[in-house]
Amino acid sequence: MAALFSKKNQEAFSSPFLKNNPVTVQVLGICSALAVTNKLEPAIVMGLSVTVIVAMANVIISLIRKTIPNRIRIIIQLVVVAALVTMVSEVLKAFAYDVSVQLSVYIGLIITNCILMGRLEAFAMQNGPWASFLDGIGNGLGYALILIIVAFFRELFGSGTLLNYPVMEKLGLYEIGYINNGLMLMAPMAFFLIACIIWVQRAKDKSLQE
Amino acid sequence: MKALRNYLNKIKPNFEKGGKLQAFRSLYDGMETFLYVPNDTAKSGVNIHDAIDSKRIMSLVVIALLPSLLVGMYNIGYQNALAAGAVDTTAWWQMCLYGLAVLLPKIVVSYAVGLGIEFTVAQFKGEEIHEGFLVTGLIIPLVVPVGCPLWILAIATAFSVIFAKEVFGGTGMNIVNVALITRAFIFFAYPSVISGDKVWVATEQIFGLGYQVDGYSCATALQHLAGESGLAAANLSVSDMLIGLMPGSIGETSVIAIALGAILLLWTGVASWKTMLSVFVGGIAMCLLFQYTLPTNPVAQAPFYTHLILGGFCFGAVFMATDPVTSARTETGKYIYGFGIGAMAILIRVLNPGYPEGMMLAILLMNVTAPFIDYCVVQSNVKARARRLTKKN
Repeated sequence: MAALFSKKNQEAFSSPFLKNNPVTVQVLGICSALAVTNKLEPAIVMGLSVTVIVAMANVIISLIRKTIPNRIRIIIQLVVVAALVTMVSEVLKAFAYDVSVQLSVYIGLIITNCILMGRLEAFAMQNGPWASFLDGIGNGLGYALILIIVAFFRELFGSGTLLNYPVMEKLGLYEIGYINNGLMLMAPMAFFLIACIIWVQRAKDKSLQE
Repeated sequence: MKALRNYLNKIKPNFEKGGKLQAFRSLYDGMETFLYVPNDTAKSGVNIHDAIDSKRIMSLVVIALLPSLLVGMYNIGYQNALAAGAVDTTAWWQMCLYGLAVLLPKIVVSYAVGLGIEFTVAQFKGEEIHEGFLVTGLIIPLVVPVGCPLWILAIATAFSVIFAKEVFGGTGMNIVNVALITRAFIFFAYPSVISGDKVWVATEQIFGLGYQVDGYSCATALQHLAGESGLAAANLSVSDMLIGLMPGSIGETSVIAIALGAILLLWTGVASWKTMLSVFVGGIAMCLLFQYTLPTNPVAQAPFYTHLILGGFCFGAVFMATDPVTSARTETGKYIYGFGIGAMAILIRVLNPGYPEGMMLAILLMNVTAPFIDYCVVQSNVKARARRLTKKN
């Protein structure tokens, strides 16, 4: 049991949240972070989908890592990821149709998400299935964390709602002249928000400064 | 004057390291160097000093902006009286006073927010306060409509000072015009307060000044031009357009006032005549081109001089295109840069009905391309010299 939660495994799980965050430190997966974060709900679903897919792909690749021929490893990784993405996409269509319509192509585009290929290449190809699983969960949640932070601000200030609950209206802000910020709903504002998160993070953690 | 200098000298120790007002050092420093040219010289190397430093240049631009500011103020009152149908019974000073009451809060908010951030950053970094905001802070209220709420102005100013200026390293390092970023932020984030036909005329009474007008709407001349009925619906004479008695952003309406500012800027050499001239040349060239190629487009068919005197074309050409920080630095580059702004502004006005005013986007676009223009000019010069050298041998 001790080996299951060894220091190395804990590290694999926890480091993607802050000091090795896939979005803010490695700057991967920016495309979907811009595209699906104008509402909180799709951002949460997207974050969870990526978490599930990274974790499962990591485990599968880690299990067969010794039998994969080196030359065609990228193709094999892609096949595994594509299969998982298709499964998740079907599940979403069946049980959360509205959200899957909102996410549209971005669920399918998880195949090309750099975080997946990055974790498979950098971690699952060298480590055992349990460590790979933790690493996948950690990275997926680290990605989801940033998505949720960005989506929180974009939905709150852009639409005045949170998970479609009209916060600003209930606070009575519209009556005193408050107007929603339309720029928050456009992709450039996601850039500004991610930049702010990176700014705060690097200001706090000196080891990340270049 | 002597008394002021003595007073400054007397309070100086309080602001130095260890003094009790140490936290306000940058504020003191800013005021001192604003009032008096600093006495200290560079410690190392050979330096070329201009007779005036950048704080004095900024003061000149502020003076050049004053005519536009005053006419803008009068125009606010005039438009208000016009909306109420009481132009004949309102004295000119009442209009001015009303304009002041509308405009002053905007200027105060813009300066307070911008300088607040500037002083904080300067204090935090232990640097001198940058003087650039002196001009930016006055331009910002002039490029927004009267109907823009103060809190939106404050957010937009804070956004642009932080993201267009301080993250790049402050005055002199910004790649795009800060005042225009403020306007662009409002334009994209809160389109309802900067476009449409409800925001160009002040309709509220302030301290008993002006008239309360309900449900009044009035589009700008450019919006009329792009609309169904054409410019005739705006009901403006050419002299109205020149003097600036028409709805529009506060400082942009009066061509004559802007021309006064332009004369001062050109006479003192603060603004480059090359940039300014080529903006107009670019605009005229594009207008003439569209006049012959697009016979059915009403905006393209307007005579070219109406394009130049309407909207923010003149204001942008004189006060924003010539911003020495964000424009092209090479002399040839200034022609290309200016021409690009003029041509692009008309291009956007004519071909994109969604944006009746193209000047803001044109200047921002050319701000971004300015370094590239400079690079090309320098490289072509390098090549020309290399060719000359090889020919000789």
